[in-house]
Amino acid sequence: MSSNDHHSHCCGGGNCSPSTEIKDQKTEECCGHCDEPSRRDFLFMTAGAMGAVAAGSVVWPFISQMNPAADTKALSTTEVDIASIAEGQAVTVMWRGKPVFIRHRTAKEIEEAKAVDVATLRDKQSDDQRFKTRPEILVVIGVCTHLGCIPLGQKTGEVKGDYNGWFCPCHGSAYDTSGRIRKGPAPKNLEVPSYSFISDTLIRIG
Amino acid sequence: MSAGPRTPFENPVVEWVDQRLPIFTMINKEYGVFPTPKNFNYFWNFGAIAMFMLVTMIVTGITLAMHYAADTTVAFDKVEHIMRDVNYGWLLRYIHMNGASFFFIAVFVHIFRGMYYGSYKAPRELLWIFGVIIFLLMMATAFMGYVLPWGQMSFWGATVITNLFSAIPVVGTTIVEWLWGGFSVDNPTLNRFFALHYLLPFVIVGVVFLHVWALHVTGSNNPSGIEPKTEKDTLPFHPYYTMKDSFGLVVFITIYAVFVFFMPNALGHPDNYTPANPMVTPAHIVPEWYFLPFYAILRAINFDVGIPFTDIVFFEAKLGGVLAMFGSIVLVALMPFLDKHPVRSARYRPKYRIALLLFVLSVFVLGKIGGMPADAPLMHIGSFLLTTTHIAQLLTLYYFAFFLVILPYLSKREKALPMPESINDAVLQCKSGKCCEA
Repeated sequence: MSSNDHHSHCCGGGNCSPSTEIKDQKTEECCGHCDEPSRRDFLFMTAGAMGAVAAGSVVWPFISQMNPAADTKALSTTEVDIASIAEGQAVTVMWRGKPVFIRHRTAKEIEEAKAVDVATLRDKQSDDQRFKTRPEILVVIGVCTHLGCIPLGQKTGEVKGDYNGWFCPCHGSAYDTSGRIRKGPAPKNLEVPSYSFISDTLIRIG
Repeated sequence: MSAGPRTPFENPVVEWVDQRLPIFTMINKEYGVFPTPKNFNYFWNFGAIAMFMLVTMIVTGITLAMHYAADTTVAFDKVEHIMRDVNYGWLLRYIHMNGASFFFIAVFVHIFRGMYYGSYKAPRELLWIFGVIIFLLMMATAFMGYVLPWGQMSFWGATVITNLFSAIPVVGTTIVEWLWGGFSVDNPTLNRFFALHYLLPFVIVGVVFLHVWALHVTGSNNPSGIEPKTEKDTLPFHPYYTMKDSFGLVVFITIYAVFVFFMPNALGHPDNYTPANPMVTPAHIVPEWYFLPFYAILRAINFDVGIPFTDIVFFEAKLGGVLAMFGSIVLVALMPFLDKHPVRSARYRPKYRIALLLFVLSVFVLGKIGGMPADAPLMHIGSFLLTTTHIAQLLTLYYFAFFLVILPYLSKREKALPMPESINDAVLQCKSGKCCEA
């Protein structure tokens, strides 16, 4: 409805006839009365609100379809046997399409990680917050928190960076033996996935 | 597009159609007799060239799609199938692959033309903004297209660029998983990128239509930046500019063909002929060349922005880089509102001309740095090690200062050179050897 439609806007569907002039006594009464919210205003508001709800609920499935599908989510746990990882060794397993680094840390590496003053770190976490029950088993997602590259340092002979943990070749981020960011552009420590020990030698990630 | 007064056509079929839908009258009005400034130089070819590239990309793209499958298990092989087995598949793919580069070349020159001759100024602001929207859509399309061959650069380029959105506070991770349709770049990502890569070019066609429509309302700018005043200032579009555009297009296509036939991979990256591997990152990830200046701006912000000597951080380096990169393009769209100088053409604005040419130079150098590893050492100055990052930071500063400081300053202070009365006078000045074009 156009806003200059004086008659219907003012009189809100009341009993004024379109030919009535403003100066007409009857119209003034009518319009004075119609300054309050009319039935029509109420109908516009409710129809508009319902329309917005309807539009939102139609659009939502088209947006939500892009979220991870049920089968993608169903694949999001994985079990790993850690018995075969000797001290000082590391393995990489695939979880949710990303590498997960599992490192069996040596006493020296744990020592190094514990010796750090937490206050000096960019992402302040003590080594105790980085492992579950067994300090020698460190599980982190092997994705640099800068822009998602895979850091080096898992295989023997790969660069481990200045802090003996991992080194990201893309933009030079260095992580320590606890997977904490120590140098370079990455803002956060390597993420610790949710995982649990099913037995002494078996862990479930996810 | 209304009918208006109509001159009958001689051909009875054309006349029959035109009486019912005056499409031939419209074509004649907009591309036949359309009054066009008579002093265009070859910079004015690049709109038509960009249009030609858009059509080329759509035609080769649709035919390539007939032989491709967006599935991570077969995508890489499908591209090799196109290269080796499909009839003329190699030709279609090389035209498409290099076409992306040449489309960007045409559009970069087109944008530079607009900046140099002040085409963005009133009354063409909306025309300019449509152009920047087209550029953004092109970047999105090109990025998603590069993912489709599912090589190492496809995969890791997609990973790095989608991860940019994780810099958004609070909802970043949710947004990235929504973009991926999973927990990393994977099959759902490839599928949707293919669907969107097919869709967006047609959206571009729609915005190009608006761009050209807006152009035909205001008419073209010209090298003098002076609006046409009399009939002496203009020529009919046909045959004068149909001919000039055709000639420029042929030269452009010739260079394009040299790349397609003799050096088809010169602008690409060899790593993309290695199938995607989510477990191994290539040593050196680079985007396609046309993204390099923006990539350099992204990497230049490697410091948190906050209050010095405290732990208070307004935004982290990662978010800062992302904001700077997107901001660098938003500023281009805002150019008409940052530069209020009444004179359009850089011909008559010597200071603006220098600032703009330095801007172009800094974009080139940023592009060069964007292609190099981050923090590549350049030289020692005493005990200070100068790296590419320092240069990138300096040039990023100039990039932003150009828009936010220099343009507003020159708008108020720059004294323009004396200008000719009309386009006709400008042309006659050039004829008599007094042309002030640099």
